[in-house]
Amino acid sequence: MTGLSFDLIALQLFAGLALGAIYVLFAIGLSLIFGMLTVVNFAHGAFYMVGAYVGLYILMLGGNFWVCLIAVPLVVGLFGVVVERFLIRPLYGRGIDYPLLLTFGLSYVMVELVRIAFGKSGYPFDTPEILQGAVDIGVGYFPLYRLFVIGATAVVLLALWLFLEKTSFGLIIRAGARDPQIVRVLGVNVAQVWLIVFGIGTAIAGFAGLLAAPLQGVIPEMGGTILAEAFVVTVVGGMGSIGGAVLAGLLVGVVVSMTSLFAPEMAKVSIFALMAVVLIVRPQGFFGRAGLMS
Amino acid sequence: MTRRITTSGSISRRRLLATAGAGAALAASPFRINLLQAQEANIKIGFPVPLTGPYGAEAQDQVRAAQLAIAQFNDGGGLNGRKAELVVRDDKLNAGEAATRSLELVEQEKVNFVVGSLSAAVQLAINNVTKERGIIFNSISQSDAINEAKDFSKYTFHEALNPHMTAGAVGRYAFPKFGKKVAFLTADYAYGTEMLRGFLEAGKAFNIENLGDVRHPIGATDFSTLLPRLQSLKPDILCICNFGRDQQIALKQATDFGIKKTTQIIAPLLSHASRVAAGPQAFDGVIGGCSFYWGLEDKFASTKAFNAAFSKMYDGKLPTDYGALGYGGVRTVLEAVKTAGSVDTDKVIVALEALKYDDYKGPQYYRKCDHQSVQSVLVIKSKSKDMKNESDVFEIIGTEEPNEANLRSCEELGHKA
Repeated sequence: MTGLSFDLIALQLFAGLALGAIYVLFAIGLSLIFGMLTVVNFAHGAFYMVGAYVGLYILMLGGNFWVCLIAVPLVVGLFGVVVERFLIRPLYGRGIDYPLLLTFGLSYVMVELVRIAFGKSGYPFDTPEILQGAVDIGVGYFPLYRLFVIGATAVVLLALWLFLEKTSFGLIIRAGARDPQIVRVLGVNVAQVWLIVFGIGTAIAGFAGLLAAPLQGVIPEMGGTILAEAFVVTVVGGMGSIGGAVLAGLLVGVVVSMTSLFAPEMAKVSIFALMAVVLIVRPQGFFGRAGLMS
Repeated sequence: MTRRITTSGSISRRRLLATAGAGAALAASPFRINLLQAQEANIKIGFPVPLTGPYGAEAQDQVRAAQLAIAQFNDGGGLNGRKAELVVRDDKLNAGEAATRSLELVEQEKVNFVVGSLSAAVQLAINNVTKERGIIFNSISQSDAINEAKDFSKYTFHEALNPHMTAGAVGRYAFPKFGKKVAFLTADYAYGTEMLRGFLEAGKAFNIENLGDVRHPIGATDFSTLLPRLQSLKPDILCICNFGRDQQIALKQATDFGIKKTTQIIAPLLSHASRVAAGPQAFDGVIGGCSFYWGLEDKFASTKAFNAAFSKMYDGKLPTDYGALGYGGVRTVLEAVKTAGSVDTDKVIVALEALKYDDYKGPQYYRKCDHQSVQSVLVIKSKSKDMKNESDVFEIIGTEEPNEANLRSCEELGHKA
């Protein structure tokens, strides 16, 4: 194929960063929960899918997309809180594979329940009217909605960073992640802190699912593919590092985009090739703390 | 002593005879009932389709319409009173699962015929089992390979269209209308490449210029990194050669990227279920092919009758493309059973080969060399407004009438003439 122009490469790079921002959004909830609770949430994709379906349901009831942006994280986060309180909490201190297996099973239950409630076939999810169409970004046309998703991801990241780094509650969360025993001795209710962290992580997963719905529609199995991608981003960035997840997400996006340009059939594999290379050179990922899994 | 022994001996001999006689009678009678049952038992049609998985909605349509064909056969008196029965199995869209289920249908359920499948690859797995066991298999899913001498057997029939016919019809419609500069977005697996080949072969007659073929892995969820490249090629026509959810997402994202403003998007096959799942926005203006659309009722009495019967059986619903194939696949086999007057495989094959039928979409017949159903291909365009009912999603904009010239020739497929 001919026609490799500067504009095309620039547009391709931009498309990669935009896709990377979506990967960051997919991964951030997973990374947060792992970093703070050392729980590998295999139901992350299912919470993401539930987010899309909650959005769909709100639209069916006559709500609009902007209502969904607020309501979906609240509903999914609340559901996450219930899951943590009654299912995950009894498993703390039992080793990393217990909550992993539990959430793995839970994801199947969630997908099956959604199939029963909404049916097996998918639903359309139209892009909100004001965000439809493509805009000229200098090197070519790019969908307005994708630019909106990048903005929304930035807002989520900023809010999360401010919350964790600048508030006293964020300080407790970080301290609890380092040494829960000392924090407990200091009179902090660690269980409550973990409850809230799990709620925030799942709320972000649901939010990501809602934002993904106008990009690809809604089906019960939609969480499956993103779970793999979110794991790659989390592992490459360093399990539990939010900064690492951002860097890794953008990098994965650019790698996929550039592979798509030169060898599109390899694009899916390139993600895992990147992960393999990073893990050989730096087994803990970019910013991961060594020994978190042990 | 001796007498006693003799007496008892004689009694026992008499008893033995009596018992043996009764036993023989007992043994004989159920045997005879069995034999009678074997003759009078239902005609069983095995129906492996992917009820679970991404094509579950289409598979359910196939089952519903196939049940209608069974009900009509039975209401019409069956084969001299002998009824038909559908034995449905879930092949989970997996070749291995399909082979196991087909074997089970043949060995345990003792089905007389197999109809079904919804995947280019899975139907070949079913076909392998049925041709080895000498059971007629009527495939109701697209494939080019099933026509080829390598996979074909005298037991293999293909009621569905194949990618060569479908892509060909759509190409012959679109290339002269929208331009010669054509780009392709193709799912990287057998069905994707079969469709691509169909377009390219049809394009030869119009001297189309192939600007490039971008491949994507099957099951892709994001096309944003492939679309800028396709857009930069500035094609008149973009052919999207994929199916199911891949097609839904590709069309949705191509719409978002504004490709429809400058380029006509065409697809070899537009499925009713995909269009409903992806919504009118994503499919708006897209042109593709299909084997059946309920709107054909304006043209054919058989379509009208099929729509009415389906709608009566299923609360006013109208049949879909894949549903119609389920109906056609089962109905033709049962028609052949009636003409043959028997379920004997060889007699039914002869009857199927001789069949000229118009059951739901106008005239059709099975070509002798590869048992491909020669039939019309509809060219349809997706609607986003003026819809009369929830099934009113496409508009028929062209029809390629049944014509063997639009099929690959028997020699090309490796059949001896």
